[in-house]
Amino acid sequence: MSPASRTSDSEDWRPLAGREQLLRRAQLLQGVRGFFLAHSVLEVETPLLGHHTNPDPALESWSVCDPGHGQGKGGAQFLQTSPEFAMKRLLAAGSGPIFQICKAFRGGERGRRHNPEFTLLEWYRPGYSYHRLMDEVAALIRILQADPSLVDERLSYAELFGGRLGVDPHRAEPGELQCVALAQGVSGAEDLALSRDGWLDLLMSHCLEAQLGRGRLCFVYDYPPSQAALARVRDGTPAVAERFELYWEGMELANGFQELTDATEQRRRFLNDQQRRASAGQAPHPIDERFLRALESGMPECAGVALGLDRLLMVMSGTAHLDEVLAFPWERA
Amino acid sequence: MASYSTNEFKGGLKIMLDGDPCAIIENEFVKPGKGQAFNRVRIRNLKTGRVVEKTFKSGDTVEAADVVDTPLQYLYTDGEHWYFMHPDSFEQLTADPNAMGDAAKWVKEQDLCNVTLWNGQPLTVDAPNFVVLKILETDPGMRGDTSSGGGKPATLETGAVVRVPLFVQTGELIRVDTRTGAYVSRVKDE
Repeated sequence: MSPASRTSDSEDWRPLAGREQLLRRAQLLQGVRGFFLAHSVLEVETPLLGHHTNPDPALESWSVCDPGHGQGKGGAQFLQTSPEFAMKRLLAAGSGPIFQICKAFRGGERGRRHNPEFTLLEWYRPGYSYHRLMDEVAALIRILQADPSLVDERLSYAELFGGRLGVDPHRAEPGELQCVALAQGVSGAEDLALSRDGWLDLLMSHCLEAQLGRGRLCFVYDYPPSQAALARVRDGTPAVAERFELYWEGMELANGFQELTDATEQRRRFLNDQQRRASAGQAPHPIDERFLRALESGMPECAGVALGLDRLLMVMSGTAHLDEVLAFPWERA
Repeated sequence: MASYSTNEFKGGLKIMLDGDPCAIIENEFVKPGKGQAFNRVRIRNLKTGRVVEKTFKSGDTVEAADVVDTPLQYLYTDGEHWYFMHPDSFEQLTADPNAMGDAAKWVKEQDLCNVTLWNGQPLTVDAPNFVVLKILETDPGMRGDTSSGGGKPATLETGAVVRVPLFVQTGELIRVDTRTGAYVSRVKDE
């Protein structure tokens, strides 16, 4: 049971986060803004409510209707799952390096580390490689945590799965991955029907994540191309998606890309997402043509990353449940 | 047939798993930012009491278990079965020794028990948390020897044996906590 739903109705007006946590959050926000001010990265705002949304089947967007249009007549609008598309339109228009602190919304996500509304820090660095951006993520966290000696390590996705589970994540078939899950004692794995990526996600979340980044920052990078999302894919044997995730104290905190700038490839991925949504019975999402036109006009080569600030606060304050760092988590929102 | 989606999972929900009725103890939502979501669930098998962990793919559905808790009045036993009556409908239900479990040691005619029904039949029976029972037999014990603290065994009218203080005597009524089997106090006969 989440802390938010534990107390009686008469007390449920109260915030979950104590004053100390409110102060920590305020200091964190100031720290982030100070860091980017010092590094000449421009703070921007983009719409939280948009006409389009990310069609990635792993994300469920909240849709809302404009009551000013009469019930449902204006069509659905979407609360953004991240500010990615809008920020890339700014980049394509020549904004230079930008950052944003904003709320993001994802349907169906509620748990110890999930709240359907959460705070993201997202930033983009034209001219940076994704490895250079990892350096900057680590530098930011060292400053926020006031711990200059906090070390960071980097493990490729293949090194992680090969070293800890003895399996090649780029070549293993679903059956082999299922065997690894069973050997690792994942109860229920015998009854699951998952895709290759589904099994990799299961192994990552059930068998690997908890050990990652203990006492250090751990960047996992170079994902299978099937998990590229909006990252550039680098040809090779195997081909890899230039994507990274940051783990700290067993918690996934950030996801970054060497950003895909090719509009044709982006459209191909959107169409693929739409097919997967349709076959899974998910609501269809029309393609954001403004975003594609921005890519067509030429977005600078850049690296970008989104970092969950609520989870960062959790790790920095050593709390076990996201609710403890939120004033009003979902059940009290 | 009723079913639940994983996004309805929460503590206390009753589901069918491998043919047995189970109760969810804890549900953890696990999701990589860009990947497949899972529900890692701790589940108690209501037949065996065993606790197991199981991972579901989020969005999957499972069959609901027709399990309800209801207070029933205990009537009598023929040694093989225990007979209960619904206090409002007067419907009679029969529990087998499996369902009775430990409760068989404690219940007395007229006691109101919480009974978990699965498909309308008693699955588990909980004795009331506290019961008052007469001592059929216990050693006289030594008067005045209250310091040993060890107590002595006493056989109750239901056949249960509990440890009681030395000063408690045959024929007296005592209160027992059925969850621990421990003596609580003497009760004055009314």
